[in-house]
Amino acid sequence: MAWQWFHRLGSPRWFYEKTTSWLPWLAIISISLIVTAAVWGLAFAPADFKQGNSYRIIYIHVPAAFLALAGYYIMAISGAVGLIWKMKLPYMVMKSAAPIGALLTFVSLVTGSIWGKPTWGTWWEWDARITSMLILFFLYLGMIALQQAFQHRDTADKASAVLALVGMVNIPIIYKSVDWWNTLHQPATIKFTSKSSIDPSMLYPLLTMVIGFYCFYALVLLLNTRVEILRRENRTQWVNDLLGTTNKRVGQ
Amino acid sequence: MKFQFESIADFIAMNGHGPYVWASYGITFAVLIFLLVSPLLQKKAFVKQQQKQQKLAQANDSADESTN
Repeated sequence: MAWQWFHRLGSPRWFYEKTTSWLPWLAIISISLIVTAAVWGLAFAPADFKQGNSYRIIYIHVPAAFLALAGYYIMAISGAVGLIWKMKLPYMVMKSAAPIGALLTFVSLVTGSIWGKPTWGTWWEWDARITSMLILFFLYLGMIALQQAFQHRDTADKASAVLALVGMVNIPIIYKSVDWWNTLHQPATIKFTSKSSIDPSMLYPLLTMVIGFYCFYALVLLLNTRVEILRRENRTQWVNDLLGTTNKRVGQ
Repeated sequence: MKFQFESIADFIAMNGHGPYVWASYGITFAVLIFLLVSPLLQKKAFVKQQQKQQKLAQANDSADESTN
């Protein structure tokens, strides 16, 4: 009984039907949070006494980097669940997470680079944090390429799940890079265990944006997974009922 | 909470950091919009393709029936 929810997670149909009603809520919440936080961070948060106005880029740089990492966890955990319990749905989530993660990593690299120019005086530096984020970007690209490299769905899923798990090695390196190598990238300013070294007037818009990005990520991951479900289940009765097409090959 | 700039022109210029800040926000929002729109378009394309196949299959079926 307690495990019923877990077995349901293996059912693409249950997942598809369950998530339909979540989409409008996620869309409303994420868009309003992101718009509020962007206006707040751009116009109403005070300027940084050292960096001036260029620091306003952190309101998108930090959330994008958070989600690039969180997205990797989701992808790797889905891959592991798929490998261990041989379920179909986790593989669909894993596949959908790869391009989203790649784009968010790209955003954090590009915004960091643009911020670096007026602040550090350079677009790019082979700093430990930046280099490990670049490796994360390549891992995501590798996932996308590997998905398309196999003719058989099963083989592609298993191979990319293994790649996602091996790539997990990079995650603690990214987190610890600012402490292990004391180079250009500044250490974390938001801490959960001790007092944050960022002023509340700057912290609140940033937290609003982070929550907005999380909701947006959930929305986009759901939308992509739902399309993937339809594609892979296109011969089943429930998908044909849903689309208003009858499926004679299965019915006969 | 107070508007941090003297004027709208000031807000856009951001003390010389304007191009950097606006470029970053522009790229980010372009990516976010793409992330949201692309699965919606993919779903639309998928539904269209399924309906097309359905029509083809029906046409084949009726052709089979007329020859029998």
